[in-house]
Amino acid sequence: MLDFAPPRDPLPAAPGVGYKPQHFAAATGDPGAVRWFEIHAENYMGDGGRPLAQLRHLAERFPISVHGVGLSIGGEDPLDEAHLDRLRHLCAWLQPASFSEHLAWSSHGGSYYNDLLPLPYTDASLARIADHIDRVQEALQRPMLLENPSSYLAFAESTWSEPDFLSELARRTGCGLLLDVNNVFVSATNLGFEPRAYIDAFALARVGEIHLGGHDRQSDDHGAPLLIDDHGRAVADPVWELLGYTLARSGPKPVLIEWDTDVPGWPVLEAEAARAEAVLARAAAPA
Amino acid sequence: MTVPQDLFAAALLDPARPVPEGLTDGAGRAAGRRFDVYRNNVVVSLSEALATGFPVIARLLGPQNMAGLARLYLRAHPPTSRLMIHHGTDFPAFLAGMPQLAHLGYLPDVARLELALRRSYHAADAAPVAAERLAGVGPERLLACRLGLAPALRLVRSDWPIFDIWRFNTENGAPKPRHEAQDVLILRPEFDPEPHVLPPGGAEFVAALQAGQTLGAAGDAGLAADPAFDLAAPLALLIQGAAVISLAEEGQDR
Repeated sequence: MLDFAPPRDPLPAAPGVGYKPQHFAAATGDPGAVRWFEIHAENYMGDGGRPLAQLRHLAERFPISVHGVGLSIGGEDPLDEAHLDRLRHLCAWLQPASFSEHLAWSSHGGSYYNDLLPLPYTDASLARIADHIDRVQEALQRPMLLENPSSYLAFAESTWSEPDFLSELARRTGCGLLLDVNNVFVSATNLGFEPRAYIDAFALARVGEIHLGGHDRQSDDHGAPLLIDDHGRAVADPVWELLGYTLARSGPKPVLIEWDTDVPGWPVLEAEAARAEAVLARAAAPA
Repeated sequence: MTVPQDLFAAALLDPARPVPEGLTDGAGRAAGRRFDVYRNNVVVSLSEALATGFPVIARLLGPQNMAGLARLYLRAHPPTSRLMIHHGTDFPAFLAGMPQLAHLGYLPDVARLELALRRSYHAADAAPVAAERLAGVGPERLLACRLGLAPALRLVRSDWPIFDIWRFNTENGAPKPRHEAQDVLILRPEFDPEPHVLPPGGAEFVAALQAGQTLGAAGDAGLAADPAFDLAAPLALLIQGAAVISLAEEGQDR
């Protein structure tokens, strides 16, 4: 476990959105309720051109959160040192307010699957992932946030609950946590647990950022609801309620709106951020 | 019952494999089609990334053919890069190896053009040599110079009218493709890669410059390929396209 000074300018406890290049002009012209942006690290690992030029411009005006999707921290394979090097390079020149990744795996045996795949919560996986997080924090010389996944199935071999598994990882490595409230709602529906009990069990003091996104509704072999975390629509009402429940316990946090497929125009995305701002304001007001 | 990632991964890309045992719905029942959510996410996200990376190929084939081909490609070439900006590096060669696409002989070269455009888009930035400096050197000494070329420059040679096909499928009202071989030079004056058709000898000229030959020697290479070659036009193209980033007389470093 490494000791790090907190970043000089952490993300504000205010709304942010996932950055999309098509929003560049509108977002920088009139950000509205949006106070910060999150980027997917892997989209900014080219050598130059417009993506990096836009990001430099964006970073001059807004705090940036770098969110990795390709490191495969939950993988059985060792971390890809070349990829870690790319992350180190990006964080070195961009100096983002935050770096986060997922409790998931996305590559195995040299193949990359471009999806966040699930893993069992066992003592063995805990030890492996703690080692991976140590390595990431050592390489980036900063603490990272680890995000809870959205789950469509469970592993019979798991011996830890997800909130306990994440708490223990944070305790062992000193990492922070990224709490995706939509993922909690999706997993709770899919696996049949109570979302508020999950929030109650979560190490909220470790949370450095909250995610919100839209989900789709399908059903499984038995006709049970199966929610799909597709980031392709507005945040659902029960997820907004769960955000309010969470913030009432955690206090204000940076809250991100993720909208990655069927991306709407800037005003629609900004309106979601404004809704998050209202929930944050209610949480900050004395009861 | 443990589910190693080997087993999980193998079942992801092969729908004929059974869902690994030890995966449940949270209530102890077998995961069943819940596993298909991951299968679907993987195949759809990688197929969509391929269609995004090769928009003209996707348009030429149509959505259904493209999706079917993408699935075959992913099984044959599971992605090795974690960067979707590099996804589909083997796709042109894969297209060339598909017998059922043999009647569309131009497809692999159009795919190479699209890959080159994407690489140009993400290539490093480099400041061009100032026009005054080029003008100040004078034609005689310029011929003895080696030109450093921008990292965003790409050369794609083809026996097919790949520029015309690309333009016809990306630009409203573009003329129908001519029946001719086309060598394409991609330049990126600022952020948007621009393809240009080179005249006969032009590709040999640019390739010689890329290999570090002097402007004069590169001009000779163009002339050897086509007696009517004149380096003035392709040189002007390079300069206007901000592609000349350094200048060194023979014996000097660029």
